[in-house]
Amino acid sequence: MALLQISEPGQTPAPHERRLAVGIDLGTTNSLVASMRHGAPETLPDEQGHHLLPSVVRYQASGNVTVGADALAAAHDDPLNTIASVKRFMGRGIEDVKRLGKSMPYRFAAGDSNVPRIETVGGAVSAVEVSAEILRVLKHRAEATFAGEVRDAVITVPAYFDEAQRQATKDAARIAGLNVMRLLSEPTAAAVAYGLDQSPEGVYAIYDLGGGTFDISILRLHKGVFEVLATGGNSALGGDDMDHAIAEWMMREARVPDDADHKTLRRLLRDARAAKEALSANDGVRVVVDLPNQGAWEATLDRMQLHALIDPLIEQTIAPCRRALRDAGVRREQVDGVVLVGGATRIPRVRDKIAEFFGREPLSDIDPDKVVAIGAAIQADVLAGNRRGEEMLLLDVIPLSLGIEIMGGMVEKIIPRNTTIPAAKAQDFTTYKDGQTALLAHVVQGEREMVSDCRSLARFELRGIPPMAAGAARIRVSFQVDADGLLNVSAREQTTGVESQVTVKPSYGLTDQEIEQMLRDSFTHAHEDEAARSLREVQVDADRLIEAVQGAVAADARLLDEKERAEIEVATNALRVARNGTDVQGIRQAISVLEVATREFAQRRMDASVRKALSGHRVDEFDTSA
Amino acid sequence: MAVTLTANAAERVRASLAKRGRGEGLRLGVRNSGCSGKAYVVEYADRIEPEDQVYESHGVKLIVDPKSLVFLDGTELDYTREGLNEGFKFSNPNVKNSCGCGESFNV
Repeated sequence: MALLQISEPGQTPAPHERRLAVGIDLGTTNSLVASMRHGAPETLPDEQGHHLLPSVVRYQASGNVTVGADALAAAHDDPLNTIASVKRFMGRGIEDVKRLGKSMPYRFAAGDSNVPRIETVGGAVSAVEVSAEILRVLKHRAEATFAGEVRDAVITVPAYFDEAQRQATKDAARIAGLNVMRLLSEPTAAAVAYGLDQSPEGVYAIYDLGGGTFDISILRLHKGVFEVLATGGNSALGGDDMDHAIAEWMMREARVPDDADHKTLRRLLRDARAAKEALSANDGVRVVVDLPNQGAWEATLDRMQLHALIDPLIEQTIAPCRRALRDAGVRREQVDGVVLVGGATRIPRVRDKIAEFFGREPLSDIDPDKVVAIGAAIQADVLAGNRRGEEMLLLDVIPLSLGIEIMGGMVEKIIPRNTTIPAAKAQDFTTYKDGQTALLAHVVQGEREMVSDCRSLARFELRGIPPMAAGAARIRVSFQVDADGLLNVSAREQTTGVESQVTVKPSYGLTDQEIEQMLRDSFTHAHEDEAARSLREVQVDADRLIEAVQGAVAADARLLDEKERAEIEVATNALRVARNGTDVQGIRQAISVLEVATREFAQRRMDASVRKALSGHRVDEFDTSA
Repeated sequence: MAVTLTANAAERVRASLAKRGRGEGLRLGVRNSGCSGKAYVVEYADRIEPEDQVYESHGVKLIVDPKSLVFLDGTELDYTREGLNEGFKFSNPNVKNSCGCGESFNV
């Protein structure tokens, strides 16, 4: 029996109508769309036969928006209004964007709601809107290919993308009129393209060297679930750097002055790229540099020379591989397969070095520029329900733990990292103070023990908690992560049912390196984190005790004589002093001193309240009248 | 007789409606098509017509037009997951046989 989905009014599909669903690789440099055609996944070309769409958008004063190769061609003449590499700004706050965008020519402005906008002659645009333009072009391409409406898509995102960046990607899709069936991590998509999910178990390394970025991911397939064990990389290293290295060599050899005009430099860069690509098939290539005043310079660039130029760059990718393996706790020989992603992995030297490092030939049958989009298309086809009966269980995981701030700036992890999604978990919390009627829930993401070391995702308030003694309220905080990795947090007071919730939207962000760094830090700082946590725990205990004692003394001072009161005050002050220090043992000791000093007092208070309870209202009446 | 939802299905409908931000409830129907004669309609209901029959199940409104009700009376709608695929499943006592895929049926 088929499983049916809810449709918009009047749009229930006819039986056996196949749903068109596409996979989209929304890349930093290039984007692609792929879908199933004649039963196999293929990337879809535009009318000119180009599969890759440069992720570049140009805004003109006329309101015209151009996307792709035409926009890229205009980048040089119209840099302020031609936006490239917008993926780096997705889900980021104004501060991050200003820092990241330093090397870029754009003018940023904070709009309302803290979403940074790039000023162009066509108006101010956000990263989400720019990405939406790219997605719209890909959607139209797919619709033209299939002569039908395309609404459903699987879009890939880097494994280290956090909630805010994922949400931003989803928002961009919505603006483009696409329904995101799922956001899939890029390395997972590459593994799917090779059908690695069909084997029962395995550990895979996904080596992704694109035009401007390098990513290494170690995945483990376990019971049909891909788990991201570790990620690493360099967000400023790619094939473009190799072109630069070759161009610089040409400049040195041909004695091109450093202050050569832009046109010359651009031509050099283009020739360098052509030479690099030619050397993938040939052993040597003629390079010519034509200079206006010096005449032509001509030489042969052979493979050996090329290797000397690019080896240092390739070496820079090996160190992150080594680190990622170590973070994943996996030895090189345990890796069951290496998948190549990104155009720069076509270079034979890169492949050789990878094979040398991992001790095995990498998988390279699928075009490394297309492999991510193809994996996304396969996943889209499955999710669209077009592959009935075929068993394919493929889930993604939460990249960084999700938790909530508890008293003292500590993090209580609710959903640990690498939990498969969709996931839902709940934990009970209580109030800290007597008569507390509201609770501020602070949702954070990260691996560290203290809130200040993690990323803040959202804050929301739960109001209307009935006044109760501290610790009596039962507040259930539930975390739900849907299949796209988007988070919904709710808090519910159990006795009254008052509830409050939040869906995580972009707040402010961290750089890619910082997110990776957060992961690494959690390992290296494990020890000091634990120490910081136990200190905060005992400090919170101290504060709670001081608060309780002060309240009790204020309420029932008549139960104490002068000497007792002085004693309690001394112990309280001693605890206050100890609490501000960092000596966990000392604070514990001061806590027990104060506890001993107030034991008798607590006993008396208890007796008094029991007497009061036993005699009921009449005591109250008697007391007030006395 | 009536048309009902399982608790699971109701929760899903509620969540979907909340996500969508509008809609009266879930419209269930039957129309003629498909290889076995009839096919189910599962849609958001933005309005309720005067002739519609409205059932309340686990706090969710189920809206059925009178023509469809003949074929749906006694149906329970469940929400299940089969591998990656998840969706609504009809238990309809009126169905005599359905086509292989179950997308259409006969009464």
